[in-house]
Amino acid sequence: MIWLGIDTANTPLSVALVRDGALLVEYTSSMALNHSLRAMKAIEELFEKTDLTPQAIDAIAVSEGPGSYTGVRIGVTIAKTLAWTLGKPLVGISSLRVMAGNALYYAELICPLVDARRRHVYSALYESNGTGLQQVKEDGHYAIEILLESIKTIGRPVLFVGTDVKMYKEEIETALGELASFAPQPFQLPRASLLIHLAEQEEQEADLHAFVPEYRRVAEAEANWLAQQKKGTQP
Amino acid sequence: MNKDLYILGIETSCDETAASIVKNGHEIVSNVVASQIQSQKRFGGVVPEIASRHHVEQITLVLEEALREAGLTPADLDAVAVTEGPGLVGALLIGINAAKAFAFANSLPIIGVHHIAGHVYANQLMQPMEFPLLALIVSGGHTELVVMKEHGHFELIGETRDDAAGEAYDKVARVLGLPYPGGPHIDRLALESDRAVEFPRAWLEPDSYDFSFSGLKSAVINYRHNLEQRGETIDPHHVAAGFQESVVEVLTAKTLKAARQYKVKQVIAAGGVAANKGLRSSLEATFEKEGIPFYVPPISLCTDNAAMIAAAGSSMFEAGVRGNMEMNGRPGMPLTSWNS
Ligand SMILES: [Zn+2]
Repeated sequence: MIWLGIDTANTPLSVALVRDGALLVEYTSSMALNHSLRAMKAIEELFEKTDLTPQAIDAIAVSEGPGSYTGVRIGVTIAKTLAWTLGKPLVGISSLRVMAGNALYYAELICPLVDARRRHVYSALYESNGTGLQQVKEDGHYAIEILLESIKTIGRPVLFVGTDVKMYKEEIETALGELASFAPQPFQLPRASLLIHLAEQEEQEADLHAFVPEYRRVAEAEANWLAQQKKGTQP
Repeated sequence: MNKDLYILGIETSCDETAASIVKNGHEIVSNVVASQIQSQKRFGGVVPEIASRHHVEQITLVLEEALREAGLTPADLDAVAVTEGPGLVGALLIGINAAKAFAFANSLPIIGVHHIAGHVYANQLMQPMEFPLLALIVSGGHTELVVMKEHGHFELIGETRDDAAGEAYDKVARVLGLPYPGGPHIDRLALESDRAVEFPRAWLEPDSYDFSFSGLKSAVINYRHNLEQRGETIDPHHVAAGFQESVVEVLTAKTLKAARQYKVKQVIAAGGVAANKGLRSSLEATFEKEGIPFYVPPISLCTDNAAMIAAAGSSMFEAGVRGNMEMNGRPGMPLTSWNS
């Protein structure tokens, strides 16, 4: 069973080919590259390096967000187009779950975190059973204070994962003190091979055409429109 | 040599998600467009983030339908042509990444098409182009006069210095309180009107083929303002007719002047505003009198579609143009020739 994995949800880019659980080739970069330009090129290079044809793959895993709207769309568009035209199953995995996957051997709570600007973050809480991850707090768009407050209430040690964690490090330490710890640098990047590992435990998307990113946030114009509609009905 | 050429076209530069297959550069075998107009209407215009979200929802459905309607499989295709620019960058890159993924999976070459070249080549789907040719491209994003000496050759001789013609239509429609998109409403009101308010014409320098519509838009706003000050209400019919007269007169006169100067054998109009009845009949009458063949494709090929991208892509394919997996959306892509 050969998997192609794609993560373009945030600044890092990671793509990989895995055969029967074993990594064949992976490309991961943390540089601020243009995913629209680079992602398909990187995928093409995976196939060149392994001498595999696109038809040889059996399934595709993609990081479905939340994260950069544009980044998530590029990965999802590539993944669903490949899956549809090759007639292969597709599995979408939360980009936060992929980041949390870096801490599969951490015994307490894992908090992946992505900056969403204006003092908000995309985040969640997970707990590992050694191979997979249980969701403790759902993926969402949270004000940083509110997120930290709710973690404090749980009162358990938490490992923070993600390249954006450094932006909030002092605040996290102030709010949580000794409960907070931070993943070392090499464990902060999303890895497509890990994405595939997590995807192997999930069901494939039932309706490929309907597969879309998990933005975890309505577009600003839509939010404004909804607010106006509400005002209109409740004068 | 005698094998038929099948090009798949993909277009997502604005708010239409479109895919089409064109045979031998001129015969449409399928043409699918998923419009977002119902969704974008809520916002009174195209919101880029919403447009991009809709493209992701529609892209594979539209591709599947284009193949199904044509009764073809990817193996029957010769290349994938996709709009590379100009347009909304977030919207462009959905089509481009879908095109790259599709081309890669099916070992097909990919070709990046300029959106305006696409609009011009929509005419190739109706009748063969004859050179030299003059094209007037008028849409929500464009107002351009282009001379072509042969296939794949473009010389931009005039363009708008501010608003595109379609943009001016939408803005004036908003001033008149008409729903989005405003162009067809203004066209209808203008045709129904028995009188037209006199608005200025922006001719610019005598030798210029450029356009300007922002002054006209301001004149309409001032006119409404002045009437309101006097406590009078405006008649949208008269304003629409006056606005349309001004736009149509300038577009027609400059197109005629260019057609004479460049001694063209064919004049074509393209873009969403080319569907405007007032503009169309003015150009038709003018060039009939002038004795130069004039063509406008049907509305479905005037507005954004993928058949026009496949048509231009077919000509590019034959000229040997090929892209690669590093293609990216180019929101400010210039219109350049591909035959040299
Ligand atoms: Zn257009």
